[in-house]
Amino acid sequence: MLPRLSEQAARERIAKNIALDLKDGSLVNLGIGIPQLVADYIPKDVKIIIQTENGIIMAGPAKGGDDYHVIDAGGRPISILPGGSIVGADLSFAMMRGGHVDATVLGVLEVDGEGSLANWMVPGVRVPGMGGAMDLVTGARRVYAATRHFNKDGSNKLVKKCTFPLTGYKVVDVIVTEYCVIKNIGGVMTLTQVAEDADLNELLEKTEMELAVAEDIRMMK
Amino acid sequence: MAKPFIKPILSPEEAARKVKSEKSLMLGGFNYGGAPYTMIDAINEAGTKDIDMICVGTSYYNDKVTEPVGIAKLVLAGQLRSLIASHIGLNKRTQELYTNGELPIELIPMGTYVERIRAGGAGLGGFLSPIGIGTDYEKGKQIIEAGGKRYILEPPLRADVAIVSAYKADRFGNLIYRGTSRNFNPTIATAGDYVIAEVDEIVEIGELDPETIITPGIFIDALVVKGANPYASKA
Repeated sequence: MLPRLSEQAARERIAKNIALDLKDGSLVNLGIGIPQLVADYIPKDVKIIIQTENGIIMAGPAKGGDDYHVIDAGGRPISILPGGSIVGADLSFAMMRGGHVDATVLGVLEVDGEGSLANWMVPGVRVPGMGGAMDLVTGARRVYAATRHFNKDGSNKLVKKCTFPLTGYKVVDVIVTEYCVIKNIGGVMTLTQVAEDADLNELLEKTEMELAVAEDIRMMK
Repeated sequence: MAKPFIKPILSPEEAARKVKSEKSLMLGGFNYGGAPYTMIDAINEAGTKDIDMICVGTSYYNDKVTEPVGIAKLVLAGQLRSLIASHIGLNKRTQELYTNGELPIELIPMGTYVERIRAGGAGLGGFLSPIGIGTDYEKGKQIIEAGGKRYILEPPLRADVAIVSAYKADRFGNLIYRGTSRNFNPTIATAGDYVIAEVDEIVEIGELDPETIITPGIFIDALVVKGANPYASKA
């Protein structure tokens, strides 16, 4: 049986495995939720530059309090690290579209076998809007989907074809769940790492998305 | 028409009268940061209806933040006739209006939103954007192929009145910003027929370092000093 992880344990495992995959010196944009936790797991010898869509380059840790002059995209008061800078929204998004952002990490409602993802609307139920997500998934050089493997009701988030309105078409490079790491290798969703406590065959059987298994499959960290 | 060299300092009530029914209004701000809170309160109190609003989001009104913040007050008071925005996820009333079809709302990607405004202020007839290609967002839009790639032709966006929030202004209308409260404000300042800047402080001409001025005063028509709204001085 696939282990049932607590929400916190699952989120931490997902965040940690993404953090370990990021390359030194990368300019990275982190979405709200699990993606935000990625910053806590960056190895000490790796320098990551965090960009926030509202205009910080080299964002630092949260500060608390209610001074909103420097906030992240989620509205939390944060610090700016030495060497950091502030730009307007026009340049912030030009940075994304222009391919200057090396990686983005986003949560998803659904991600599919073609690498398309949906995360901005559940028709008739919830319409948060796409915000900066469409710009990020199209513009960032590497797109990470950070997500629980299944919905709370057990249904698949990793599907053959997204049913919700897409945020991006064929844009996802890496999917990290609490059970595995999947990489988009030349258009083939390939399972490259599996969690120590997850049974590979059961995972493949229960996942709707069609997955290849890498020959050199490794354990997740 | 040339703008006056010395920009008038208006009371929020006077400035709110520039915002007319059935006309478009563009507001700066992102999340808590850099929204013209004082002017939003004044427009709310003036009760102006049927505003065609252009604002990246509609601020907070949800199960955690039960008192509407900023522009959310205008949404709750039913002062909008239409809305162009990018993210309405913090405001449950805006989402209801969208889902029930009670308010025409156009949701657009945030980078496209700001670039459309930039085009509006920069005299461009539009621009070619790759954002949203292959998604429902491209439906009904003009697609142009260039260099072997498909792009959406995005039109420029301007407004009858634009209101920005800044940190300091001089009497010419030069503006400097503070922190992430800059966000959309400098772009919006270029795309209104009449532009109001709400600021923490107004100083004499010459006191702001030209190297630090983000918005030159040529874009500004009137100044308003921030008022008592608790968020106005914190963002």
